Amino acid sequence: MLIFKILLASAVLVMSLVVAMYSTLIERKMAGFFQDRFGPDRAGPWGLLQPLADGIKLFFKEEFMPNTADKLLYILGPSLTMLIACLTSAVIPWGPDIIIRGQAYSLQMADVNIGILYIFAIVSIGVYGIMIGGWASNNKYALLGAVRASSQMISYELAMSLSIITIVMMSGSLSMRDIVNQQQGFNWNIWYQPLGFIIFLICAFAETNRSPFDLPECETELVGGYHTEYSSMKLGFYLFSEYINMFISGAVMATLFLGGYHFPFIDKLGLSPNAFAFVSFLVLFAKITFFGFIFMWVRWTLPRFRYDQLMRLGWKALIPLAILNVLITGVVILLNQK
Amino acid sequence: MAALTKRSKVVSNKKMSFWEKIYLPAILGGMWITLGHLFTRKTTVRYPEVTREFSEIYRGKHVLKRDDEGRERCTACGLCAVACPAEAITMIAAERKPGEENLYREEKYASTYEINMLRCIFCGLCEEACPKEAIFLTKEIVKAGYERDTFVYGKDVLLEPLDPLKRIDVSKRQTPEVLEFKKDKNQRHNVQ
Repeated sequence: MLIFKILLASAVLVMSLVVAMYSTLIERKMAGFFQDRFGPDRAGPWGLLQPLADGIKLFFKEEFMPNTADKLLYILGPSLTMLIACLTSAVIPWGPDIIIRGQAYSLQMADVNIGILYIFAIVSIGVYGIMIGGWASNNKYALLGAVRASSQMISYELAMSLSIITIVMMSGSLSMRDIVNQQQGFNWNIWYQPLGFIIFLICAFAETNRSPFDLPECETELVGGYHTEYSSMKLGFYLFSEYINMFISGAVMATLFLGGYHFPFIDKLGLSPNAFAFVSFLVLFAKITFFGFIFMWVRWTLPRFRYDQLMRLGWKALIPLAILNVLITGVVILLNQK
Repeated sequence: MAALTKRSKVVSNKKMSFWEKIYLPAILGGMWITLGHLFTRKTTVRYPEVTREFSEIYRGKHVLKRDDEGRERCTACGLCAVACPAEAITMIAAERKPGEENLYREEKYASTYEINMLRCIFCGLCEEACPKEAIFLTKEIVKAGYERDTFVYGKDVLLEPLDPLKRIDVSKRQTPEVLEFKKDKNQRHNVQ
């Protein structure tokens, strides 16, 4: 059992790393296609070796550290970001149980009964990596980026959590596994909580620092935001963790709102348990890919929000809407009980 | 005041309506537009595999033409250098010695003829100015280089090769008026 858990954990880690690696390529391809060009296609067929080339480039770049930087924190920043990004996947159920030699193995690393809380806890630590990195660089642009990142994350975490409360109210459980299992077939949460889904989606953009909420990076105003002073693989870690976060937040959204690995009629195919688990996993992966596409699509469509617009949207629009959503859900649940 | 262009739009600072305020319709509209671009024909020319089609009368690297007998046409009159708006052309004239009639068509020729390709703007005024039809712009592209002084092209680069197979066809760059004029054999110029 332990060996299986370790194997699963490494598999998920490798998967998120590979997906993040190729997200960078797909992102650039998408950027190209949205702008009527092809994107990178020189390294290997269709540019498939581009992530490798980028990685090699990042490794061989000069490792630069500012004189006045706080050495320990400067290194801690990107490491923490990367670590946090890889931690979140622990509670996501990747598929139904698989059966090896008559014994059922769960495709979830840890079915903690507070899975959602765990995710929120980890995600909110994520901002520390950015804050520490921005602070330790001893650069005003980096500091500004870090300040923006922290206030943005705190603001949007509220609306995000509030939109999740409705899901918890409906399912009566904080465990990811329970929430997924209540969305059998086409009984997905998005049909019951469309408003909650939109709020969560918008907040996910803000939490992953993706455009239109990429104010912490904000090349046009802040040079590079919190990673202005970073180079080489430290910079790579920051950029890379953004893509891992994207992948994981796609997985969380698919799990919470799009029924995780459930898909209508998939259990009527009459597959063996292991094949069923595999197909279910592919379904989940397709949903995550869909969200990844949305992330990129939005990035290459919308301009960046201004800082005051961002705050107004977060505090004056999303949070009241999320509270309203909680109220409505509560009333409906009460009415149904009678 | 009349609008300066047809495309000018009157802007107003009116209050946004509810649908405009919630952004989402506008966002979806924008996303629809970008989705369209995802499937449009790409404008990229994948260069080493595909080359962009050149115009028949593309103005690229110059050639110093020889006549049909392989003699240099240039007589070093310097009209091209005068006509050149970028002052890219310099030359030194020399007198044809007896026995060199098979090399140079006129009694005077350019012993050195240099074009600074960094200065040249490829306007084609030199070939317009040339009374001997000695200089033409070709389809060949001036290659990039690492050193500035490699861009001063001398006769070794510019002169048309003697090999009949490597002759450069410039008939496309000759205007109809020129071609018409060349038929007039009363002009001494046109009698080879």
